[in-house]
Amino acid sequence: MDRRDFLSTLAPIQTPGVQETTSTKQTAQRTSTGLTQYAGAWGYDQAIHLLRRTMFGANINDINYFLKKSMSASVDDLLTVPTTQPNPPINNYNSGTNVDPDITAGATWVNGPDNPNFNSQRRQSFKYWWAGLMINQDKNILEKMTLFWHNHFATQTQTTGSTILAYQNNLMLRQNALGNFKTMTKAVTIDPCMLKYLNGNLNTNKAPDENYGRELQELFTVGKGPNSQYTEDDVKAAAKVLTGWRVNNSTLSSYFDSTKHETANKQFSAFYNNTLITGQTGANGANEVDDLLTMIFNQNEGALFICRKLYRWFVYYDIDAATESNVIVPMAQIFRQNNYDIKPVLAALFKSEHFYDAANMGCLIKSPLDFCVGMCREFNIIFPDATQYATQYYMWGQIWGASYIQQQDPGDPPNVAGWPAYYQVPSYHELWINSDTLPKRNQISDLMVYSGIKKSGYTLIIDCIAVAQTMSDPTNPNTLIDDLCKYLHILTLSAANKATIKTSTLLSGQSTDSYWTNAWNAYLANPTNKTLKDTVNTRLILLVKYLMDLSEYQLS
Amino acid sequence: MKRRDFIKNTAAVAVLPSLINGQTVQAFTDSSLLSRLAASFVDTDHVLVIVQLNGGNDGLNTVIPIDQYSNLANARNNILIDSKKVLALTGTSLTGLHPSMTGMRDLYNNGKLTIVQAAGYPNQNYSHFRSSDIWVTAADYNQSLTNGWAGRYLSEEFPNFPSGYPNTNMPDPLAIQIGSVVSTGLQGLTNSMAMTISDPANFYGMINGTTDPTPNTHAGAELAYIRGVSAKTQQYSTVIKAAAAKATNKSTMWPTAGQNKLADQMKIVSQLIAGGLKTRIYWVNLGGFDTHSNQVDATNGNDTGTHASLLADLSEAITAFMDDCKLLNTADRVLGMTFSEFGRRIVSNASSGTDHGAAAPLFLFGNKVKSGLVGSNPAIPANATVNDNVAMQHDFRTVYTSILKDWFCLSDTDTDTVMLQKFNTLNLINSSCNNNAIAQDIQRNSGNMIIRNYPNPFNLATTIEFISAGGNVLIELINTEGKLVKTITDQDYAAGQHNIELSRNGIAAGLYYIKMQNNLSTQTRSVIATD
Repeated sequence: MDRRDFLSTLAPIQTPGVQETTSTKQTAQRTSTGLTQYAGAWGYDQAIHLLRRTMFGANINDINYFLKKSMSASVDDLLTVPTTQPNPPINNYNSGTNVDPDITAGATWVNGPDNPNFNSQRRQSFKYWWAGLMINQDKNILEKMTLFWHNHFATQTQTTGSTILAYQNNLMLRQNALGNFKTMTKAVTIDPCMLKYLNGNLNTNKAPDENYGRELQELFTVGKGPNSQYTEDDVKAAAKVLTGWRVNNSTLSSYFDSTKHETANKQFSAFYNNTLITGQTGANGANEVDDLLTMIFNQNEGALFICRKLYRWFVYYDIDAATESNVIVPMAQIFRQNNYDIKPVLAALFKSEHFYDAANMGCLIKSPLDFCVGMCREFNIIFPDATQYATQYYMWGQIWGASYIQQQDPGDPPNVAGWPAYYQVPSYHELWINSDTLPKRNQISDLMVYSGIKKSGYTLIIDCIAVAQTMSDPTNPNTLIDDLCKYLHILTLSAANKATIKTSTLLSGQSTDSYWTNAWNAYLANPTNKTLKDTVNTRLILLVKYLMDLSEYQLS
Repeated sequence: MKRRDFIKNTAAVAVLPSLINGQTVQAFTDSSLLSRLAASFVDTDHVLVIVQLNGGNDGLNTVIPIDQYSNLANARNNILIDSKKVLALTGTSLTGLHPSMTGMRDLYNNGKLTIVQAAGYPNQNYSHFRSSDIWVTAADYNQSLTNGWAGRYLSEEFPNFPSGYPNTNMPDPLAIQIGSVVSTGLQGLTNSMAMTISDPANFYGMINGTTDPTPNTHAGAELAYIRGVSAKTQQYSTVIKAAAAKATNKSTMWPTAGQNKLADQMKIVSQLIAGGLKTRIYWVNLGGFDTHSNQVDATNGNDTGTHASLLADLSEAITAFMDDCKLLNTADRVLGMTFSEFGRRIVSNASSGTDHGAAAPLFLFGNKVKSGLVGSNPAIPANATVNDNVAMQHDFRTVYTSILKDWFCLSDTDTDTVMLQKFNTLNLINSSCNNNAIAQDIQRNSGNMIIRNYPNPFNLATTIEFISAGGNVLIELINTEGKLVKTITDQDYAAGQHNIELSRNGIAAGLYYIKMQNNLSTQTRSVIATD
């Protein structure tokens, strides 16, 4: 898709990729903390903060798991991601007479053959599968980082043809998510999905297409910060370097066609130290991409650009002068010192004083996926297992759908710049919350506590009783509300407001705490009695619904 | 429920057959007659104010059986009200009111208060939670329901809610709970039918009218932003603010704000009614009636103390409310009802209090009540023991049934659908119902209908017609306790209208609900199988 065309229809939107390094926030408390390793307390507040930011929502079992470790060991754990690939997406889409002739129900379609008649079904299968991976994430940062890179190296399944390519692109992002940024950029540059998305496969010596050559610099590497001074000629030269890369639509892989490659030398501007990339002929033409990336990665701008983006993803969108010099610049140094390995930068950030500074807690507005997937994980919502794969995919799809209607459709960000919440000044994350999406968030959480989602005899629902049972003392209404508030909100309610909520929910207007205690104990003594169960459950539902409807629940 | 034919609504998501008594509705759609009918139905609509007294009100010290005084003195001497102080009621020497209730005494004497003696239910449950659940859901003593009687009433009248709401037929909230959490009594078949407010001018002040301040941090700044969006997008904030701005409380009897919690809530209710909201039900609460100890202040006399203050608050709030409604010309539209989850034991305990009991009086107030005493004084045994209770004279559900029929003008069948069984009515209200079937149909079809069935009630088979937005459609037949009776369908349907035939095979006669779920939206309607 041509981003310029897209953007020209949306005049007020600022060019994506422009990085504001000047603070836009005047009111909030500032902090001058930097990357010095955090030496303060490692308690519930710090652990839940780290988990909410690095995963989707913080699950009580995960919090307890990491509280047994040190902060540093916890970060190391979270940054250790599995090298094995997840089980691939499957045919969940056969229905009636509409049957995939090549792939049996329940078998994976990712090995082909490609089939345009089932591409849209596979696209849904792919998205549901991805939602399932986020919901079932293990105790590490992989899913948050995969989404980060998808937002960074954005592609859209709607425009890249075969869903198999989108799947391969996703695997490539996963494999590189915690690896080396330079290596990943190479993989992205010759990834068939990306070649199709930004017209790299149409980029030939006879008719160079500048689309990828531009975005490679503007959006993917050096960015458009004030010191990123690459020129229009650099865009043209980069495009020429990249001529000849093609996609084989039968094998769904990329290859280099030397007859389509521009063999002349490519001259770059002073920004790139007047680098000359020598034109290569034959199969050697494929090596020019390495020269191009080496040149680009010799600039410091790329490291600064990615570190700002990581910061906005994991900490907060506003970067003031102190944060730029105390956090971003040192992060970029670490990034380059480690030859663009991603892990050391993230380790430094998540172990820093700055990250655990109270001023940076609770200030991240949940993205739709943070909200939806986080809800599933916080409330331990139980999904069907693989033996009921059709229902399982359906339920994952419902969570994907809940995010989709809030404007976050993983696999299809709005354009190559990713979601505006991560680049659009001055609002950034606040774009997620508006008069359309906020009521939807409340409707989704209400649905999940009241009736849930049903399919084929399975009900996907928040089990409020089970959630209460994971709290420290559900017999005590005060402790229960304290625990739930601490679990669900970062900015906790005042004691007076908690007392009011207790009276209106758990106590049904009564003033004696023991009435709740007795009801809870009566249920525990006879858990199969429907009346006793309803008695506590209806009250817990009121409480949980109330806490989720509060604005405080929208913050991470 | 008698299923009438469909009426086209301009806001409907898709065109369904549109018939009134066999005639196509095109003839009516743009006619001013139709809108006049609809408007007149809604404009004369009645309002019910439900006053919940949490904790279990001591009925015997509220409506005092003067003819039982000697036995009462034996049973509860330490909390007994001095008989000379009991407020007399016009037309009876046998029953009086607690000395704190001068305002309600005047209402009674002026024909605006009804006392229903010994309301309760068979097989009294003494748990606050269980008993208040029974009262708000109108369940049998051995039945557990998770929706409320008022919520079911609103589900019957506005079956499409919240899909396609607000709309021109119902631009306002169906029900308003003053406070922060909606009572289960207002939980409908699928959705909560009410919104909560505590201050009509400030939508973010949801808890006690106060909001925790936002700290001066990044998080505080973002919280303030989200709260701002929340305040602007509260679905009904505009109409409520407009209503509040349109009317000012006029009564001089309102106590100073903060002095009487119930009066503060009822003051808002009166303002919103006068401001023109078409909201049907308001729900307010007064807590603290769980008077196990120190119910009275013996030092200053048994007519003082905790219970006396609560009854004074109740009386003052209702009296000021009625006065305000009169001054604002809304009094003919308003009916109020008090209830508490149970009364208290006949015999008092040693700590000048009373333990959980059984039946107790409830009050109805308004211009249209048939004023007086319904039922007789409870009989107090000569030597009451700790196990003795006030016997039920009136099942509370007969009061609800009377309100539904004589105040909200529901048909017998619809009333049974809401109440889940047939109850007698009591002669409590000067009814002015003249059923307007067309207008009622307009109202019931307003919003976006995604599922309906016809005929209903049905004998052998009924056609279920529904509109899919694409994707999976789950339609279940469930019983009134929420148990699945039959999965009618659970598969993908292309966007558009579809029909399914539901046959009676294996379905016993009775009331059921058909519940549809499509993507993230649900809708539920009542269906009746008859032999």
